[in-house]
Amino acid sequence: MTVGKDVSALFPDVVNCMQTDNLELKKLVYLYLMNYAKSQPDMAIMAVNTFVKDCEDPNPLIRALAVRTMGCIRVDKITEYLCEPLRKCLKDEDPYVRKTAAVCVAKLHDINAQLVEDQGFLDTLKDLISDSNPMVVANAVAALSEIAESHPSSNLLDLNPQSINKLLTALNECTEWGQIFILDCLANYTPKDDREAQSICERVTPRLSHANSAVVLSAVKVLMKFMEMLSKDLDYYGTLLKKLAPPLVTLLSAEPELQYVALRNINLIVQKRPEILKHEMKVFFVKYNDPIYVKLEKLDIMIRLASQANIAQVLAELKEYATEVDVDFVRKAVRAIGRCAIKVEQSAERCVSTLLDLIQTKVNYVVQEAIVVIKDIFRKYPNKYESVIATLCENLDSLDEPEARAAMIWIVGEYAERIDNADELLESFLEGFHDESTQVQLQLLTAIVKLFLKKPTETQELVQQVLSLATQDSDNPDLRDRGYIYWRLLSTDPVAAKEVVLAEKPLISEETDLIEPTLLDELICYIGTLASVYHKPPSAFVEGGRGVVHKSLPPRTASSESTESPETAPAGAPSGEQPDVIPTQGDLLGDLLNLDLGPPVSGPPLATTSVQMGAVDLLGGGLDSLMGDEPEGIGGPNFVAPPAAAVPANLGASMGSGLSDLFDLTSGVGTLSGSYVVPKAVWLPAMKAKGLEISGTFTRQVGSISMDLQLTNKALQVMTDFAIQFNRNSFGLAPAAPLQVHAPLSPNQTVEISLPLNTVGSVMKMEPLNNLQVAVKNNIDVFYFSTLYPLHILFVEDGKMEAVSSRLQGSNIFTVAKRNVEAQDMLYQSLKLTNGIWVLAELRIQPGNPSFTVRLPAPALPALGCLLPCAGQPLLPSLLPRAGVSLMGALAQLGWGPSEPDVNEHQNSEPSFQLSPIRLPR
Amino acid sequence: MIGGLFIYNHKGEVLISRVYRDDIGRRQAVDSAVFSSSGPLLEERSQANRRNAVDAFRVNVIHARQQVRSPVTNIARTSFFHVKRSNIWLAAVTKQNVNAAMVFEFLYKMCDVMAAYFGKISEENIKNNFVLIYELLDEILDFGYPQNSETGALKTFITQQGIKSQHQTKEEQSQITSQVTGQIGWRREGIKYRRNELFLDVLESVNLLMSPQGQVLSAHVSGRVVMKSYLSGMPECKFGMNDKIVIEKQGKGTADETSKSGKQSIAIDDCTFHQCVRLSKFDSERSISFIPPDGEFELMRYRTTKDIILPFRVIPLVREVGRTKLEVKVVIKSNFKPSLLAQKIEVRIPTPLNTSGVQVICMKGKAKYKASENAIVWKIKRMAGMKESQISAEIELLPTNDKKKWARPPISMNFEVPFAPSGLKVRYLKVFEPKLNYSDHDVIKWVRYIGRSGIYETRC
Repeated sequence: MTVGKDVSALFPDVVNCMQTDNLELKKLVYLYLMNYAKSQPDMAIMAVNTFVKDCEDPNPLIRALAVRTMGCIRVDKITEYLCEPLRKCLKDEDPYVRKTAAVCVAKLHDINAQLVEDQGFLDTLKDLISDSNPMVVANAVAALSEIAESHPSSNLLDLNPQSINKLLTALNECTEWGQIFILDCLANYTPKDDREAQSICERVTPRLSHANSAVVLSAVKVLMKFMEMLSKDLDYYGTLLKKLAPPLVTLLSAEPELQYVALRNINLIVQKRPEILKHEMKVFFVKYNDPIYVKLEKLDIMIRLASQANIAQVLAELKEYATEVDVDFVRKAVRAIGRCAIKVEQSAERCVSTLLDLIQTKVNYVVQEAIVVIKDIFRKYPNKYESVIATLCENLDSLDEPEARAAMIWIVGEYAERIDNADELLESFLEGFHDESTQVQLQLLTAIVKLFLKKPTETQELVQQVLSLATQDSDNPDLRDRGYIYWRLLSTDPVAAKEVVLAEKPLISEETDLIEPTLLDELICYIGTLASVYHKPPSAFVEGGRGVVHKSLPPRTASSESTESPETAPAGAPSGEQPDVIPTQGDLLGDLLNLDLGPPVSGPPLATTSVQMGAVDLLGGGLDSLMGDEPEGIGGPNFVAPPAAAVPANLGASMGSGLSDLFDLTSGVGTLSGSYVVPKAVWLPAMKAKGLEISGTFTRQVGSISMDLQLTNKALQVMTDFAIQFNRNSFGLAPAAPLQVHAPLSPNQTVEISLPLNTVGSVMKMEPLNNLQVAVKNNIDVFYFSTLYPLHILFVEDGKMEAVSSRLQGSNIFTVAKRNVEAQDMLYQSLKLTNGIWVLAELRIQPGNPSFTVRLPAPALPALGCLLPCAGQPLLPSLLPRAGVSLMGALAQLGWGPSEPDVNEHQNSEPSFQLSPIRLPR
Repeated sequence: MIGGLFIYNHKGEVLISRVYRDDIGRRQAVDSAVFSSSGPLLEERSQANRRNAVDAFRVNVIHARQQVRSPVTNIARTSFFHVKRSNIWLAAVTKQNVNAAMVFEFLYKMCDVMAAYFGKISEENIKNNFVLIYELLDEILDFGYPQNSETGALKTFITQQGIKSQHQTKEEQSQITSQVTGQIGWRREGIKYRRNELFLDVLESVNLLMSPQGQVLSAHVSGRVVMKSYLSGMPECKFGMNDKIVIEKQGKGTADETSKSGKQSIAIDDCTFHQCVRLSKFDSERSISFIPPDGEFELMRYRTTKDIILPFRVIPLVREVGRTKLEVKVVIKSNFKPSLLAQKIEVRIPTPLNTSGVQVICMKGKAKYKASENAIVWKIKRMAGMKESQISAEIELLPTNDKKKWARPPISMNFEVPFAPSGLKVRYLKVFEPKLNYSDHDVIKWVRYIGRSGIYETRC
């Protein structure tokens, strides 16, 4: 029968044996009935008579047996026959029968709830709570609790101080199981005030010394729940905390299965009240022959208890564990090392070096786990441990698990600017794109977009490839959506894309795996039960209405409220730190935008800086043109905006506008010789710019202005990702194209770049007038310098007043008049600036004197204030004989000075730079 | 509550199956295409349900072999709790949010009860006591709620030699029921002995985890006080030991004694008691008073972590000589009174898996390399206190291309010493039986201390 053979055919014969005197036989017959009554409901009625008779038997054991079995015969037809015998048994003189009958009410309720209510069994059951026999009380409590669970609204278990008192009295006397029923029931009670809570706690604490772990855990549950109501100032609160620790530790010497249950619960308790076990780290150290499930749980708790005080010990243990045999355990140990690094900042360095040691072991799963963990460490401590990236990259080929691959890809994408061959690395992943798991695909997509935004020039193809793979060839909606979002972002507003994708990420907090506080509170109410083992609310694994009542911790009573508020936040409630808690992975939105639902605190830097700097819209303009202005790109899949192509187009445009100049120039003579070019000067010494030296000059050629730059890498590191930006200046000078440094600048390499400029940028009067503030960015940092541009580059071709000196004409300076006064040659020149200002200048040249004076008659230029004539002191003597050239040199040095007309010195001093440092968006 | 209880043999065949609640397997039947498509009769389905739960456990846990990662398994919204005794699996099944700790405690208790009735839990014994087990299950678990499970009480009305219910007098019957349900469910009245005698065993297991450098990483003693009582009537007992809290409390009266006994008292981290001990009295007065069950029982368990006498110190030295050789030297030092003798000393030195040969030299005892256990086992019969002994071994290794390093399991040790490493001393055990005419002085009392190694490991 019980091993699965169907013997229901024997039903009538078996029922005939029911009326035996042999108790053993009777029990067997009853067992048979319980199994087969349901399949033979009609026959089962035959048995009713015997049951009724047995319920009157003089032997209490038989009465109890009958009532127990009756309840187990789950046939509707016979339930009504059971009511009378049950009623009698509930009032039986023998406690053994009463306690059995109490459970029978619960059985009957399970079959026919209405019947139980109609027959008034519930009231009888309630009366049994006041029974003199503790076991009857316990069973009545158990039965009522079960019935109450299916009627959450009804106030069946009418717990009041009187009934609680009765329960507490019975608690001291009943069996271990009875104590569990009573304690579990007590946990559902909410005391009126803290005083009542305290008195119940006082009476429950002795149970912590019980040998039965379930009694201990149920007592812990009651205490944990009622402690909520106690003021933290009470001495008793502290005493209680102290009393809780030893029994919890003792649970760890129980059998392994119970240890597991205890550990799962301790995990909750540690999260709720870390102060209880904070000094008990050592007991959670893993023993060599603990079962694996105990080991894993202990590890979890060790991390939760890790603090600055014990971190050295913990790390030593974890390192030990990482060499064990069980793969899961080793992985978790490695992961734990990372979590320690994140949790205890002081230990981060040691953790990282431990992880590096582990990577050196080359044990595949250890390496992979370590990489996953290091990724989190990067998130927590950016720009601190990036030196290890090289080591990580060495192990790239051995990674075969999605999580490790995804982590590695994230690292490559995040630090693309520091990894020379980031594009190659990512490309290698891209080959098997469709075989990767979604996690890896998503990460790869993000990483390549990041790479593209950092090194737009080289990774054009790559980004298009990944976007098309993600959007066209993938069936995964998440991947497709993310692909489209990136695509549109890139094609619509690359600046925004940069801000979004490369936004500074908020730091991850140490407690990413904390159970969410409301769930935690609910689980605390379920200590000892399955819910606390699964760490899930009962509704997640229990069907139907049963046990789905949400429990919550009692609120603190008014009397204690005033005192608790300041202390709770740090100690009890993790909710205080909650804003920092960011889901590490899997959060699609966060991951996609790479800014991970930041709290408002970490978001604003971007916004505020861009307001402050207003003038310097760093990289904005550059990127605008970088992405070109292909309107169809907005549509999505057609996005083809090759930056390289966009630049010539732009150049062409500016050249087109300069066509008139060209025509003008054809008539002019100066075209042949070109305008004067100041020799390159060092604008940005290497010392100030972390090894980047920039020297340059400005030229005007064929109507277009350009800035000739010479970039020298004097650092030991490869430089990439150059970009340039001008501050607002007097003439609206702005780069007409982005800074094109085609290959990464390796150490000691020099490149010459000509950066086309236009004068359509925003205008702001500078001091001195031709001051230009420049920001240059590369993968290392952003550098600022300012320089004075020679005004003549702004002189336009149609500034001619009179056709005079052809040489000067070449530079678009036109001679108005020429006089000889007192052996001095006086030249009166006219020129026109790009912004339409006419300038008249008087040049006084003394033969044989290397210096000559430029004078700008003030009345002539009221609009500009005073154009100061400056002496061209630094002119090279060798240039002197060539007067025209010298003149150009003089003009080149021309500065705009204060209102005093006759200042004879040229201020080449370091211009003050008012810009506050600007951080580029990452 | 517990919905059903199954006992399986090692092959996963069901030996015992007792279902208390209908919900077990209800879900699976609905889900199962086989049953829903053929439209079975209601009763067939309920049978099938039960079988499904039984099978689910077999397939997912027993046949999964080593991959069991948790003693609690959730299969299709049904939770299975299992414990294993030799090669017998006991599984409790439920669909509700039961008290998990209680279920495990119950399963252990079930094992204890069965062991008390028929000895070792083996497939054969279970098959032979088939009826008895059902009877017990019926009694100790009602509708999934554990009932009285004290063997002493159960044995009064569930026996292996057939029931003499018809011969029982009414008084006897009510005596049984009051005992089963009563306050002192663990002892029956009217016990008489000619010689009132009691034995106290203080059994301690000392656990140690030591670093290779000799630093104690963790050490604790878990102790038990086991009492064998052969006392007449309903004796009231009071047990006293050198608990620091008690001694200090008493010390207030006589300051002299505090200084004298203060040294000898021990700090007990935590203790738990047999259910016969009045916990509320212990909580308020820290006195241990109880009416003991007849025969042997475990009075209390305790745990200490402070001032533990570590009977042995293990000093390991492992040197890797090249890739194919390992030199191991282990020194053990005994650290207790020279007049005492430790027994059954066994040191287990793990060796790598690729060991090909071992040469051992030891000063004392016998040492052997056991290939099947991957360890050198060094046994010493007796060793007095404050002595030292050493073993050295050369381990030849087979060259392997396995890159994974040898994990170096810790060196473990077993021993038995005739004292309590925690320092616990029994001060008194007083017996009062007001109704019968014997006094505390007439009871013959024996006390014995045994300290054993628990997990006594030194990393190397």
